[in-house]
Amino acid sequence: ALTAMAATRLFLSASPVKSSLTGLTGGTRSSLGLTLLKRSPDRTAEPKAQRRHAAHFTYHPDPAPAQYGPTQKMNLFQAVTSALDNTLAGDPTAVIFGEDVAFGGVFRCTVGLRDKYGKDRVFNTPLCEQGIVGFGIGAAVAGATAIAEIQFADYIYPAFDQIVNEAAKYRYRSGNLFDCGKLTIRSPWGCVGHGSIYHSQSPEAFFAHCPGIKIVVPRGPVQAKGLLLSCIADQNPCIFFEPKILYRAAVEQVPTEAYQIPLSQAEVLQEGSDLTLVAWGTQVHVLREVAAMAQEKLGVSCELIDLQTILPWDTETVCKSVVKTGRLLVSHEAPVTGGFAAEISSTVQEECFLNLEAPISRVCGYDTPFPHIFEPFYIPDKWKCFEAVKRMINY
Amino acid sequence: MRKMLTIISNVLRGSASRNGARVVVSARTYADFTPQATFDIKKCDLHKLDEGPPLQAVLSREEGLQYYRTMQTMRRMELKADQLYKQKIIRGFCHLYDGQEACAVGIEAGINLSDHLITAYRAHGYTLTRGGTVREIMAELTGRRGGIAKGKGGSMHMYTKHFYGGNGIVGAQVPLGAGVALACKYLGKNELCVCLYGDGAANQGQIFETYNMASLWKLPCIFICENNKYGMGTSVERAAASTDYYKRGDFIPGLRVDGMDVLCVREATKLAAEHCRSGKGPILMELQTYRYHGHSMSDPGVSYRTRDEIQEVRSKSDPISMLKDRMLSNNMASVEELKEIDVEVRKEIEDAAQFATTDPEPPLDDLCNHIFYNDPPMEVRGTNPWTKLKSVS
Repeated sequence: ALTAMAATRLFLSASPVKSSLTGLTGGTRSSLGLTLLKRSPDRTAEPKAQRRHAAHFTYHPDPAPAQYGPTQKMNLFQAVTSALDNTLAGDPTAVIFGEDVAFGGVFRCTVGLRDKYGKDRVFNTPLCEQGIVGFGIGAAVAGATAIAEIQFADYIYPAFDQIVNEAAKYRYRSGNLFDCGKLTIRSPWGCVGHGSIYHSQSPEAFFAHCPGIKIVVPRGPVQAKGLLLSCIADQNPCIFFEPKILYRAAVEQVPTEAYQIPLSQAEVLQEGSDLTLVAWGTQVHVLREVAAMAQEKLGVSCELIDLQTILPWDTETVCKSVVKTGRLLVSHEAPVTGGFAAEISSTVQEECFLNLEAPISRVCGYDTPFPHIFEPFYIPDKWKCFEAVKRMINY
Repeated sequence: MRKMLTIISNVLRGSASRNGARVVVSARTYADFTPQATFDIKKCDLHKLDEGPPLQAVLSREEGLQYYRTMQTMRRMELKADQLYKQKIIRGFCHLYDGQEACAVGIEAGINLSDHLITAYRAHGYTLTRGGTVREIMAELTGRRGGIAKGKGGSMHMYTKHFYGGNGIVGAQVPLGAGVALACKYLGKNELCVCLYGDGAANQGQIFETYNMASLWKLPCIFICENNKYGMGTSVERAAASTDYYKRGDFIPGLRVDGMDVLCVREATKLAAEHCRSGKGPILMELQTYRYHGHSMSDPGVSYRTRDEIQEVRSKSDPISMLKDRMLSNNMASVEELKEIDVEVRKEIEDAAQFATTDPEPPLDDLCNHIFYNDPPMEVRGTNPWTKLKSVS
């Protein structure tokens, strides 16, 4: 029998994520009762649609960190706002720009900043990604802390040339005379349930092939704020991808003061002895459930690692873990061919060849454009990962 | 014949008033209507052009009824899509075209079906004018196999013959349009390409690259900027250094057109088409229009503009009302006739919505189809290392 809360969660598909917290998820609009009334007729009529609209993961919040001072309940976009607030307060050269950031941004990541810090520090750009990043590089080279927003990671490609050819190579080609280390690019990333081809992409693999930039993907609000502040402080151009499906769904107690989480350090979320699971962003939460399922149904103890920084990635932590367990599963939403799992897989087999008990498994998206109607089938959900775990254990 | 019709219509009119039932028959004969009338239209601002379109447009009764029907179909279709989206039957992104119907209908009236057209994501209207049916369009919105792109494209990716979509990435369709125009010129069939973009896209770099190439090679390309005053949520004053979008082509001649008046758009498009077909190269048109809905269904549309503004445009410049008033005041159609068209349109949309809701989704095999052109079918990896799907094309 469904409890009232569970029933509520099923009915409230405003944000299609089952949160393990009490309280409403993504309740942006109407009150609970009204939503229930609105939803009921649809739900009973189309049970298939109900299954389709349910999210493919459950968000488990991290415990509140104790070492960074007082905390406040925030979701991911509020954590980002908090990080940007701290930056603008502490660094007089910091500027934030992008499409529609002035009123708060399409995902509300910059709400209130323009009123607080002025329109010369938080301003809109016209619709020109190449221009935004190029402009950001220039501002960073001249000494301003430039934080550029690309509205969706899918739109970053016009700026690809600027990032790869200009930003990444500035320090190298000028013999350290100039650099654009003060540039940080933020962009919403990853699948969202109904994003389809141009609102769901995960382009970290394209940029991973480019020495000179850093790529970071957080899994939740506490990480997001800490990693974003690290990216801004870091003296290299950084791209910060924010999982858009977690903007409202991920709620944690986040420190209000500024703090940094070190880059290029993967975090071991759960220790285990039989199998290593590696992911970043939203997929970490999927794998968390897979680890629980593996423990419960197969008696397999999994070690879960959140990679956090994609480039340069923490080879040591991952390899040490594989030496211990002998099995590795890497999972991401991007297509499998040439996805970042390929890089991890290749490096791990070089370093830990004799320790491997089974071939390294990559559970990723299909080699197709991100589909609209087929999304539930396309994404590497927990069942596909669990299947991979089973096969590896029985190899 | 005429006398018989008059007698019949008198009888029917009598019966209608007697039992109050709605008799769906025109109470007047065709002979009562004006076959055509001339209307004054607004003067267009010109840039590097000696002569603009004529200040008067001739509209025949048939044309008027056809424009009315198409615009009404478009309007009702978009409102139905709005409804279905709120019921979560349509998901993903949905950018509605209501308010801008005069643009699509006017442009189509100025070119032939054999010409080419490409636009951005606000494409439902153009899909209709370019030969798509409402059924196919709605089925595509709901992602079913009866959709115009077999359910794999969704709202932003609809295509018909000589209509190249439906493009999600802002501004990316403009260089494509120039390419199509090159093909037209090369194949020598006297066709041209209409290449549409919005006021937000007008600030993209690739637009200016395209202007240069099209002008250099004298491509038969009509660039049309649909200026609906807001690029998503940013008003044109806050996004563009120059809001005279028709002048932004610099070396390309341009004209600014009232995009809420279907006749104005038609005459301007005819002029532009003539310009291109005579080999003079590209031309730029700015259509000043307005959208009633927000940018997409996730945008309420009132956080960056007032409801009063929307209401004002709706009451003063609505394209369908304008056409209706013109036709009625010049006795080119009757109220009943137009109502009849409304009823038919409503029914068509209802049928289409019914089809769109009940049609099955595309088969799972379609996930991997049409990635490459491949014969024999190739294997597609993914998700698991040991299961592969087949891709055919």
